[in-house]
Amino acid sequence: MTPTVLRPLAFGLASSLLMLAQAAAGADGEAIIQKGGANPAAMPCMSCHGADGKGMAAGGFPRLAGLPEAYLAKQLADFRAGRRESPLMQPIAQALTEAETAAVAGSYAALPKVNVKASALERPREGTGAWLALRGAWDRNIPECTLCHGPSGVGVGDAFPPLAGQSAEYIEAQLRAWRGTPAQPGNRKTKPVAAVPPTRRNDPNGLMQHIAADLTEAEIKAVAAYFAGMGETTESFDASQHRLR
Amino acid sequence: MMMITPRWLGAALLPLLAAQALAAEPARNPRLDDQTQLPKAPTRALGQTYFQPPAEADMPSNAYGDLVRRGQDLFMNTKALAPEYVGNEMNCVNCHIDRGRKANSAPLWAAYTMYPAYRKKNNKVNTFVERMQGCFQFSMNGKAPAPDSEVLTALTAYAYWMSSGVPIAKAMPGRGFDEPPLPRGGYDIARGRVVYDKQCAICHGADGEGRKVGATSVFPPLWGKDSYNWGAGMHRINTAAGFIQHNMPLGRGKTLSDQEAWDVAAYINSHERPQDPRLVNGDIDETRKRYHAEDGVNLYGVVVDGRKLGQGVR
Ligand code: HEC
Ligand code: HEC
Ligand code: HEC
Ligand code: HEC
Repeated sequence: MTPTVLRPLAFGLASSLLMLAQAAAGADGEAIIQKGGANPAAMPCMSCHGADGKGMAAGGFPRLAGLPEAYLAKQLADFRAGRRESPLMQPIAQALTEAETAAVAGSYAALPKVNVKASALERPREGTGAWLALRGAWDRNIPECTLCHGPSGVGVGDAFPPLAGQSAEYIEAQLRAWRGTPAQPGNRKTKPVAAVPPTRRNDPNGLMQHIAADLTEAEIKAVAAYFAGMGETTESFDASQHRLR
Repeated sequence: MMMITPRWLGAALLPLLAAQALAAEPARNPRLDDQTQLPKAPTRALGQTYFQPPAEADMPSNAYGDLVRRGQDLFMNTKALAPEYVGNEMNCVNCHIDRGRKANSAPLWAAYTMYPAYRKKNNKVNTFVERMQGCFQFSMNGKAPAPDSEVLTALTAYAYWMSSGVPIAKAMPGRGFDEPPLPRGGYDIARGRVVYDKQCAICHGADGEGRKVGATSVFPPLWGKDSYNWGAGMHRINTAAGFIQHNMPLGRGKTLSDQEAWDVAAYINSHERPQDPRLVNGDIDETRKRYHAEDGVNLYGVVVDGRKLGQGVR
């Protein structure tokens, strides 16, 4: 046999082996979402993230539908490595194989993205969630959220996830996870409270952590409500209508 | 007898056409060609805060307030609202951070009261409007709106409003970009590339192309056809180093050392970008001599990696 004949054969063999390996590992993203991974500890994703992948606000379960594939895979790796702590998600991420992680990230990314109607350029009032989202707080080096998370918070590329489509509960929880809480000195009436270190430590180059750390509790609530309030529209619309400013 | 062939005709017509094209170009305002660097701002005294411009909520609700708001809109959204004057994908706010309010990002409140500016070096006077026209021509790689245009009137009103309370002709701390001194060992483009790949590419792209969402530029381009041109102040490595050290990576200003800021500024400004519109006789060397040789630290007309920079891209 000449190498020219061999090459396509070898290629075909390799790809069918790969498919076989995937099948053996059960790396079918759809199946993992509905029935869980091969390891029973990898529970079906839809039981928490919803049948349509849009999450469940009450449980603080985030939307996964339409998030960037690379972002989803990175989060699962971060849970596994402990850079992002969560008593619910860490054991699940640890129970997924590499192939399962890649497959399920691909399946969620393929679901429809959040569809936010582009609103007219609004003039936010200082002290509101909209102000933080559209103007930032530059005196504390906090850029407007939309400058990284995109117009109307629809996300930018693989590294900057959408905030639109997420619930206020989830957004607040993530901001607190990055912030942690400082120690409270005790007095005669109250016991001292130890500091809680941040439980999410996975943002690239520390781009997000300092922002969460410098927001007040009231600001966290206001800005979370702003992005949660974007809602989702079923009307078809052209994404090129989004305006940043 | 001479044969009039089409080719001959073409050759004879060509210079004529070229002359006509030249005549159609409006005469350049020589004062716009003067992009002299800003003088160094006074340093802030210990414990002194930077000037606080008025709050957006304090824009009055009358015709004046409307003009000021229009100026702010134009400043943030220049490309979309004044496309006829913008030749790239930039907006004023991309370099004048926080709507022109942030200290050490060439804030408008530290600029407005410093004009008309007299320059001893060439015995010329530059008005505030001319300075903004310069940013349209070079930073925005576009066309300067007329001095009495709606666009420049609104932008002037915005700068005037923001400067309420700043004494006339008093240099304010926070003006310009507060450049770090050139490190003792100079700068290094290769080292700058390492900083760029690690800290900047995530937003500005592996090839400095920036990033859009829909029609909107979210992360502005740093080089190439959609960025500032070779005549813009930001093409000076020293100026870019100041901007970057104070403002980049976004939200994490003041985290790069002087060395890192200079290195990464040199890396960015060692890439091609649109031609300097002041190009003299189509000649890079002549243009360097006239406009770049004494303009801070820059690489226009300099050979880097065997290639002369300043070719321009469209
Ligand atoms: C028992 C409930 C539960 C199940 C089942 C579950 N998750 Fe989660 N998931 C959560 C919670 C809670 C969070 C938020 C964790 C936090 O607060 O950081 C989360 C967060 C995530 C995130 C991060 C999203 C973001 O926007 O950053 C990803 C990715 C994810 N889950 C993937 C999965 C996948 C894939 C499965 C199925 C294999 C799955 N989850 C099953 C509860 C669950
Ligand atoms: C300088 C860029 C930048 C700015 C400005 C910024 N963020 Fe982020 N943010 C990020 C990055 C990067 C991530 C993803 C981190 C990761 O990889 O896990 C993120 C993630 C988040 C998340 C988690 C999303 C999820 O699905 O888990 C929330 C919530 C968030 N940001 C809220 C905000 C809010 C609110 C603001 C404005 C006050 C803001 N961000 C401004 C860079 C930024
Ligand atoms: C690519 C970055 C960039 C963009 C975009 C840009 N500028 Fe500038 N601007 C500069 C630089 C650099 C300087 C000069 C700083 C120096 O010489 O140190 C400057 C100076 C100015 C000044 C004078 C500041 C002073 O203190 O005297 C004004 C006013 C100004 N720009 C207005 C504008 C307006 C209006 C726009 C939009 C039409 C704009 N700029 C867009 C970079 C930019
Ligand atoms: C989180 C995203 C992000 C990162 C990381 C980042 N930038 Fe930027 N950069 C921006 C944004 C957004 C602007 C425009 C700011 C605005 O419009 O308010 C900008 C503006 C600029 C500008 C002026 C505008 C232009 O296009 O010329 C330069 C120069 C620049 N950045 C250089 C850098 C350098 C160098 C680094 C790395 C040290 C860096 N940036 C890291 C987002 C980023």
